[in-house]
Amino acid sequence: MTKTNTEDYLRMYTQMVRIRTFEDNANQLYLSAKMPGLTHMYSGEEAVAVGICEALTDDDRITSTHRGHGHCVAKGAEFKEMFCELLGKAEGYCRGKGGSMHIADQSHGNLGANAIVGGSMGIATGSALRAKLQGSDDVTVCFFGDGATAQGLMYEVMNMAALWNLPVIYACENNGYSEYTKTEEIAAGSITARAEAFGIEAHQVDGQDVLAVNELTQKLVARARKGEGPFFIELMTYRYHGHHVGDINREYYRSKDEEKDWKENRDPIVRFRGYLVEQGIATEDEIEAINAAVEKDATDAVAYAEAAAYPDVSEVDMHVFAA
Amino acid sequence: MREITLSQAVNEAIAEEMRRDPTVFLMGEDVAEAGTPFKVLSGLVEEFGTDRVLDTPISEPGFVGMAVGAAMTGARPIVDLMFGDFIYLVMDQLCNQAAKQHYMSGGKLTVPMVLRTNMGATRRSAAQHSQSLQALVAHIPGVKVAMPSSAYEAKGLMKTAIRDNNPVVIFEDKLMYQDKAPVPEEEYLIPFGEANVKREGSDITFIATSSMVQVAEKAAETLAAEGISAEVIDPRTIVPLDEATLLASVKKTSRAIVIDEGHQSYGVTAEIASRLNEKAFYHLDAPVLRMGAMDVPVPFSPALEDITVPTPEGVAANARKLCAGEMIYAA
Ligand SMILES: Cc1ncc(C[n+]2csc(CCOP(=O)(O)OP(=O)(O)O)c2C)c(N)n1
Ligand SMILES: [Mg+2]
Repeated sequence: MTKTNTEDYLRMYTQMVRIRTFEDNANQLYLSAKMPGLTHMYSGEEAVAVGICEALTDDDRITSTHRGHGHCVAKGAEFKEMFCELLGKAEGYCRGKGGSMHIADQSHGNLGANAIVGGSMGIATGSALRAKLQGSDDVTVCFFGDGATAQGLMYEVMNMAALWNLPVIYACENNGYSEYTKTEEIAAGSITARAEAFGIEAHQVDGQDVLAVNELTQKLVARARKGEGPFFIELMTYRYHGHHVGDINREYYRSKDEEKDWKENRDPIVRFRGYLVEQGIATEDEIEAINAAVEKDATDAVAYAEAAAYPDVSEVDMHVFAA
Repeated sequence: MREITLSQAVNEAIAEEMRRDPTVFLMGEDVAEAGTPFKVLSGLVEEFGTDRVLDTPISEPGFVGMAVGAAMTGARPIVDLMFGDFIYLVMDQLCNQAAKQHYMSGGKLTVPMVLRTNMGATRRSAAQHSQSLQALVAHIPGVKVAMPSSAYEAKGLMKTAIRDNNPVVIFEDKLMYQDKAPVPEEEYLIPFGEANVKREGSDITFIATSSMVQVAEKAAETLAAEGISAEVIDPRTIVPLDEATLLASVKKTSRAIVIDEGHQSYGVTAEIASRLNEKAFYHLDAPVLRMGAMDVPVPFSPALEDITVPTPEGVAANARKLCAGEMIYAA
């Protein structure tokens, strides 16, 4: 185990814990009626966002989804600005204008969450087109759910990405459900075969295994930088909460046993923690210290965001047009 | 009379029409077991089965296009578009395909379909789940547009829409699904193009659509206490528009404010105001005023969102000025 690997591994662990902790706090804000509107929790899918984003630099771009907090944290965002955004405060990443479903973090290459399912596929592919046209070696990752594979836009842009060898990686987070419907009821045939039909190299990977996700992504990113893209990854994963925070009674579409199985037997954080300890990369005490530090960071950020100011009403018609 | 919610009213209307006409079927995302995220369609799949209540993938242009084809060949589809904001995705199917078939075929083809969707801000749903896009559709010849203002209208207009031989888009206000209103047990239909005078008055006319009817009624209430008598009219359908009722009212009161939750510029309010100007100009004592949503994407922050839509206070304030002969826009 080299020193750099140790650091990388600990950062991956920390980032996954940060996502889980962020979501637990966001859910609490919703339950205590402090957060306006609804939000979609990323808990359970941490290894996907972290495994991928840890293979990227700040110059690489991502596009995110309605379930976007995980992507945002994994791409390097700060809790303070994120919680401020979720509460509609002026110091949020989008000055309170976007909220959970539109959170974007330009400074780390996050082009934004999107409330239109599949709505960012054009944006991601366009970002990759720009990279190619301008001779830049950055890569764009397009996150989307299994449900989004039903959008026609996906097939239009994959076709062009393949024709023009664009540096884009389509990352399909297959969490088994599209809202309240099982994936097999809304997606015929194989998901990876959709990309393969365009001659796009496609992989399926265990989305609960952060190392597997990271290793694969590193390879694909390196190849995409050399003009060998596009690529497609189907990441098999699971969302722990309901479709959104208000989706509490969900047994009519998803059994408690199934949820229990994923949480108890395949949790990406528990799995990776066990691996780190077993391999002697970190001790239980060190792990606990990381968890505590993240927890404190979140508690402080929530307190800060709760006390922070709303945007002044004069901001309402700012930013409709760019200067 | 019994009171039911707007959501129940829509559900009843669809169930009654599905019992009456076997060619009526329903399709959309999570419409079957889940009964839509707003639970408006709960119970229908149990009664009518999955052959007539179809859960679709998230393929809006695809299933709206299929509804057009099914409608052209003998079915009466009701398509559920989960949020009105998704209408942008289906514009080609709705406006290039559905809207024009009858005309382009010289009256030979018909597209008897209903697209039911929603509108309305202040739910903290941000810019892509809060828009009121009725003007966009109303602009296209060949599509009818209904905007129910209560459970009573929701039921009667839905039944008429299902029996209409044209594409009809119904915009329900998503904040009103739980609002109750008296709805008769007996069957009734509300004809398209018949405005409803909700409140009679003599000093000023408020023409308001959907949720804005409540806003106008509250403003009228406030003004009544001050001696200003406001008439409130709900057009119920903006295509076709009951111009006669609106003109008669404005000729009587000599002043009007038009209120709709769509963006103010190039919107429903602009269209109605300009018709009143064209056809009742010499009866007017003040310019007809438009009150729509601010011309900004709907912001997430509650501090900003709430000021983007017309309020009873805002309507009352403008009405006072108009009735006092004050100018709202100085020359
Ligand atoms: C174009 C569009 N259609 C429908 C919706 C409503 N909606 C929001 S999330 C969602 C399910 C998305 O499923 P998936 O892509 O698998 O993502 P997941 O929620 O599972 O992460 C739907 C139907 C939407 N936001 N946009
Ligand atoms: Mg999914």
